Amino acid sequence: MPVKVQLDRIGMAFATPGGTFRAVAPLDLAIETGRFVSLVGPSGCGKSTLFNVIAGLLQPTEGRVLIDDEDATGTIGRVGYMLQKDLLLPWRTVLDNVILGMEIQGKPLKQARERALPLLRKYGLAGFEHLYPNSLSGGMRQRAALLRTLLFDTDVILLDEPFGALDAQTKSQMQEWLMQLWSDFRKTVVFVTHDVDEAIYLSDEIHVMGTRPGRILETIQIPIARPRPRAVTLSPDFTAIKERCLQLLTADRPALEAA
Amino acid sequence: MAIQDAPRSTELTGLAMAPAKAATPKPARRLPVQKDWPSWAIIAVQVLILVGIIAGWEAAARAGMVDAFFWSQPSAIWKTLIIFFTEGDAWVDIGFTFRSTILGFIFGTTAGSLIGLSFWWSRNYAAVAQPYIICFESMPKLALAPLIILVFGLGLTSKVVIAFALTVVVSTLTTFAGVKALDPDGEKLFYSLGASRWQVFRKLVMPSCVPWIISVLRVNIGLALTGAIVGEFISSQHGLGRTIFYAGSTYEISLVWVAVFVLSTLAVIMYAVVSWLENVLRKGTRQ
Ligand SMILES: Nc1ncnc2c1ncn2[C@@H]1O[C@H](COP(=O)(O)OP(=O)(O)OP(=O)(O)O)[C@@H](O)[C@H]1O
Ligand SMILES: [Mg+2]
Repeated sequence: MPVKVQLDRIGMAFATPGGTFRAVAPLDLAIETGRFVSLVGPSGCGKSTLFNVIAGLLQPTEGRVLIDDEDATGTIGRVGYMLQKDLLLPWRTVLDNVILGMEIQGKPLKQARERALPLLRKYGLAGFEHLYPNSLSGGMRQRAALLRTLLFDTDVILLDEPFGALDAQTKSQMQEWLMQLWSDFRKTVVFVTHDVDEAIYLSDEIHVMGTRPGRILETIQIPIARPRPRAVTLSPDFTAIKERCLQLLTADRPALEAA
Repeated sequence: MAIQDAPRSTELTGLAMAPAKAATPKPARRLPVQKDWPSWAIIAVQVLILVGIIAGWEAAARAGMVDAFFWSQPSAIWKTLIIFFTEGDAWVDIGFTFRSTILGFIFGTTAGSLIGLSFWWSRNYAAVAQPYIICFESMPKLALAPLIILVFGLGLTSKVVIAFALTVVVSTLTTFAGVKALDPDGEKLFYSLGASRWQVFRKLVMPSCVPWIISVLRVNIGLALTGAIVGEFISSQHGLGRTIFYAGSTYEISLVWVAVFVLSTLAVIMYAVVSWLENVLRKGTRQ
């Protein structure tokens, strides 16, 4: 399959009062078209930093971002990016929040709303279209934020811990929902999570990251057939992959914590 | 307390294993409940207090306990009020003060909000401007009033300018605080969608700052009124401030009171309008 997003020796160092801080060591990463790829790693290993670089919001210290084999380093508006917070605008209705991307791209409001409305209804926000975000539950807010990202018509979407703050019940519902969206929209998804189970259940491929500096420790393929029933989390394949991931993550823990 | 408790606690150490029941039972405390009066009762009490004050004042003045020369008395104030509205040019004065207040309020608030918002566009510009604004903020602006009157004349303009000077700084600082409180991730979201700076400003920065701008409106009404009246005190041909100033210097205390009451009424009306405006703006931006 063709490569959609390629990180070519991307590295990031921040200037801090205490000197330069190496957040991401130069790393390579190739993401193939249409795949669901997860980045898993401890807090502070540079997952959000990588996303900011891919989205063009942060100029990397070194290296290039290639999207469709074109240099896209530092160009914005090429990928859909859902940040770690939902960032719904409190003064806009759910519908008007969801069309933000299209609106910014200059699509007439009426057309944008016509496009979004059936999707809101189809994907679990029926009845909430004209409400304001502050009357939505956490799960609903994440749905709206995700739909906003999807409706910004790009081939690639970056999801930074979209379900991190949800309870287990809602989280698994949202995972099913995301799988449905993904199979309907057929986008290339890059997904960040702390939750190894979640990563394995959702992904085709996991990049396990280590910290100080941020780097990719290992790339693991998930050859489990789709659609995946919940019970798959109990299968030996799944458990084996999970064990490997946890092993990598534990081994990478800094000496301070291991002591 | 601690000293008194000490012997008892030593006593208790011997009984450390005794069941907790041996200790004095804790009284069950309930959530305090406050019963709301019906609104008519509240209003009735309010009216009663007002009537009481007026009656007490009148009685005290008649009995000679209050010097009616300095404090006047309700009956005299009432008479003056009727004369004020029927014989003098009350409406000219009211209109004058009202206009300078409103104009100063509108210009000051608008300019201040725009200046505050403009700081979003450039951090360097904001950093350069900041000490000047703080300096102007800490300056007693009313001290400049005589100068403003010299420059802008005795008419309406000078009063508007004083009201403007008082309101513009507060608005600027508050709106700037709103700009500084913006969540950088919100901007990130917009830029990730390919937004231009102008789009971020229009669709994110402006609506985010509306609650901050609203929060100054009430304060600014009071400030604008103060500015307009001080301007009239110093030198003016019209206005309630001038009325108060002249009535005071000629010992027409009843007239002072009348003008003060009219001013308060004016202020209440403006507060009502501002409250309404706040609601409209809040609804528009759903805060
Ligand atoms: N602007 C910045 N200046 C200095 N250091 C930064 C900056 N942004 C990020 N960092 C540092 O870079 C490292 C990586 O941060 P990043 O937010 O990418 O981590 P993360 O993997 O997303 O963590 P989390 O899982 O907690 O979200 C952190 O140690 C962070 O302190
Ligand atoms: Mg992060």
